Amino acid sequence: MSRAAPAGTETTTVARRLSDALRRLPEHVVIWVPLLVTAAHIVTFSVWTIWVSFTPSTLMPVSGWVGLRNYNAILSTRNWQTAFDNIFLFGGTFVVLSAAIGLFLAILLDQRIRGENVLRSIFLYPLALSFVVTGTVWSWLLNPGLGVQKFVNVLGWTTFRFDWLLDKDKAIWTIVIAAIWQSAGFAMALFLAGLRSVDGDLLKAAQIDGAGPVRIYRRIIIPSLWPILITVVVIQLQFAITTFDLVRALTGGGPGIATMLPALVVYDFMFQRGHIGRGAAAAVLMLLILLSVLLPYWAWRYVQSRRVANA
Amino acid sequence: MREASVTPSRVLVYATVWLIAAVYLIPFVVVLLNSLRSAEEIAQTSMIGWPKQWAWSNYANAWGQFCIAQTCSGIKPYMLNSALVTIPATIISTLLGAVAGFAISLWRFRGDRWIFGIIAIGIFLPQQMRLLPWTVVLRDMGLTNTLTGLVMIHCIQGMSFTTLFCRNYYTAIPQELIKAARIDGAGFFRTFWRIILPLSPPILIVTAIWQFTHIWNEFLYGVTFTTGQQQPVTAALIALTAAVADIPQYGVQNAAVIIAALPTLLVYLFGGRYFVRGLTAGSVK
Amino acid sequence: MATLTVTSLHKRFGSVDVLKGIDIEAKSGEFVALVGPSGCGKSTLLAMIAGLESVTSGEIRIDDRLVNGIPPKDRDIAMVFQSYALYPTMTARQNITFGMESRRVPKAAQDEAVARVAALLQIEPLLGRKPAQLSGGQRQRVAMGRALVRDPKLFLFDEPLSNLDAKLRVDMRTEIKKLHQRVGKTTVYVTHDQVEAMTLASRIAVMHHGSLQQFDVPSRVYARPSNMFVAGFMGSPSMNFVPATLATRDDVLGVEFPGANGGVVTLPLTRRPSAAPADGKVVLGIRPEHLYRYDADMKARRPALVQVTASVDLVEPTGAETIAMLKLGSRDIVGRFEPDAAPEPGETFALGIDMGHACLFDPGTERLIPEATT
Repeated sequence: MSRAAPAGTETTTVARRLSDALRRLPEHVVIWVPLLVTAAHIVTFSVWTIWVSFTPSTLMPVSGWVGLRNYNAILSTRNWQTAFDNIFLFGGTFVVLSAAIGLFLAILLDQRIRGENVLRSIFLYPLALSFVVTGTVWSWLLNPGLGVQKFVNVLGWTTFRFDWLLDKDKAIWTIVIAAIWQSAGFAMALFLAGLRSVDGDLLKAAQIDGAGPVRIYRRIIIPSLWPILITVVVIQLQFAITTFDLVRALTGGGPGIATMLPALVVYDFMFQRGHIGRGAAAAVLMLLILLSVLLPYWAWRYVQSRRVANA
Repeated sequence: MREASVTPSRVLVYATVWLIAAVYLIPFVVVLLNSLRSAEEIAQTSMIGWPKQWAWSNYANAWGQFCIAQTCSGIKPYMLNSALVTIPATIISTLLGAVAGFAISLWRFRGDRWIFGIIAIGIFLPQQMRLLPWTVVLRDMGLTNTLTGLVMIHCIQGMSFTTLFCRNYYTAIPQELIKAARIDGAGFFRTFWRIILPLSPPILIVTAIWQFTHIWNEFLYGVTFTTGQQQPVTAALIALTAAVADIPQYGVQNAAVIIAALPTLLVYLFGGRYFVRGLTAGSVK
Repeated sequence: MATLTVTSLHKRFGSVDVLKGIDIEAKSGEFVALVGPSGCGKSTLLAMIAGLESVTSGEIRIDDRLVNGIPPKDRDIAMVFQSYALYPTMTARQNITFGMESRRVPKAAQDEAVARVAALLQIEPLLGRKPAQLSGGQRQRVAMGRALVRDPKLFLFDEPLSNLDAKLRVDMRTEIKKLHQRVGKTTVYVTHDQVEAMTLASRIAVMHHGSLQQFDVPSRVYARPSNMFVAGFMGSPSMNFVPATLATRDDVLGVEFPGANGGVVTLPLTRRPSAAPADGKVVLGIRPEHLYRYDADMKARRPALVQVTASVDLVEPTGAETIAMLKLGSRDIVGRFEPDAAPEPGETFALGIDMGHACLFDPGTERLIPEATT
């Protein structure tokens, strides 16, 4: 709080302000220290990592400027190129399918069915699991010699095949399956909250206007879910771009490098090949991909809030 | 769609929703059953099946005897590691977040919007951008390969989420309450302790559940900054299932997965709607 | 008992001047109301008196002691808020004693103070309840108890009745007035409701766009408003404003404005204005309650009554009176009539205007044109 005492007033003002400040010291420490540490770490860590990406660092950080050499090196590896393609394959299908399934489940659950709470608990429990657990379990289920294929084979259908996990072209879809299993519930939870928060008066007006249930859903309820849909898409995309745990546990990036994703490339260069300059470059590239999603989203949010403010 | 009578469409709704529910439950049921089957059974008849003989010993094995990367003490030490990291980090980051959230939303100070903006960005900053700096910081502080180091990382990084949650919650408290407290002579700590904290249990529970789940389930930092006996259970699971042996001990591995997943599952079951509130709160960024 | 003096007070938020030089005072035991539309700065002024907002320039003195930089808890004030601001997790009793605890008042003194205040406000049975278990009026009384128990030099009220429903508001208004008569503390009361200000205050400060429009006793603010804003803001339905021209007819100074069918309506003035605008253009202000149905009886009772012809567009019977929208010449005006004497819609009748209560305003400055004293 700024103090503006007029000139020529009490002479004890300075002394009082000092004792005031001292008395409030613990408060300032408790407020500022954690906040500054957190804010500082966010800023300095990002800047430092970006700096390292421009240095010739290998096992230890060293100074020096190599321009875009690390970036070119990364971009030219097959690992990265596969990872980049995989983002679109995996990210695209995962986001679309999990949002669609989430919406579908939310609409089903909105039908006032009995046992809704139990069902909701069932769809959401995967979110309480580590991606490592999910990845491990699905790696067993999709293992042709161990999981679904073996099960069906043992039942008698010996020609059944479900060996996507070992197939270079199909392995990425296994990750999609596991990721949808884990995350569709998240989309469902958000959509359900949105469905339930539609203004009751709007629905009554529509019913008086003679609209049937399907029409009400299509024309009134679902369009009001746009903001939620965008939020879900952005969050799922953020997950798809930065995912590491799930892939490591499910396929380890394989077979070969078929299921490579940027986060694995980062880890590979940083800690397995001992080339932290290149690893940092990969991390920055990953950040740029993420920003290409976040910046439009933030801009959209900003425009929306301005529109509301001026309404 | 508001009537509850038994029509064909409603039967279809029930059937569809329970079918999908079954798909969701199957992996868990499978692992649960497998954890009680012997390795030979599983190798012969696949992961999906009913136990012929109940191999209860799998759990004891997984807990105390199973060999993971040259050490044969089961999953217990790693569970302990996870607990020693998760519990303190959850408590500390939740409390710090409450104080910071209160300071930013109600107490107000110069620059509070800026600081909050930077901290909120921390939610989006990928872990990969922070791996290298943490390596250096941990080394300089002598905390490489220690649980304390992991606790510190999770506390500092957790502030982004916990401050966001608490700040959003506290904005619903009217400013006039703070004004009245100031006139009544209450300073920062007294206002927080007597007025704000008693109003906070819902958000504290939501935040604690969120932090516990995230920190317990976290893998990347665990596997990067600790090795061997210091690793949390998520890293141990990877090592466990990657273990190459003549006869892979699938039954024991399944039991280990159940044990590792149990804490967060229990928190989920008892947390109920607080867990869900964390989901929706975490998406309002 | 304490006095409050505010001198040349300015407040600036960023590049916006919220308060532009306020000079008001409250004598010991006085009840001053700050009244004005939303955004006029009255709540900011109150917050600065309380010490919740800092001073950009100017002085605030409580009992001649300069309090500009002093925190609220050291100013010996108490405040009642619009939303009561009761601590939700504490009982009514704990709400009342919270401030005393902060000041480390001994327990026995606390209990005695609570008992005294609870008896005064009749809230003894409510002391053990939490705010959520109390009604709006009960909560407001507990909030007042919290303020009373401080025995402060100054009472500050920030629109305390705005959250209550209409009937309760009237009841609580009377309670506040009774309380002030009993306890007699210097009070500053912010409200946007001019009826509250009129009924409660010993002096009213009317504010608009950050400046003080008029600071005077209620009767003079009402009868001799200093400008058109005050005239229009105080009183409901608000004063009628009729643009007119000064003209002398038959040696009598009056105001004229176009009438129906191209004619002219002339109203003689009972007092001369001290200064007239060069072009003679003025705004005539006459309150709705100073319009009557004209007859000889009424004229005898009110000698300044002037007769004109008016037609009735619309009537709104409220029970206690009837409000009528009239057309006088080419002008729309509003009148308040006794229900028995009220005109009918569509009627053309003899309207009496009590020019003794008329006000003249300068159309350019909007200020009141004062009367000549001779």
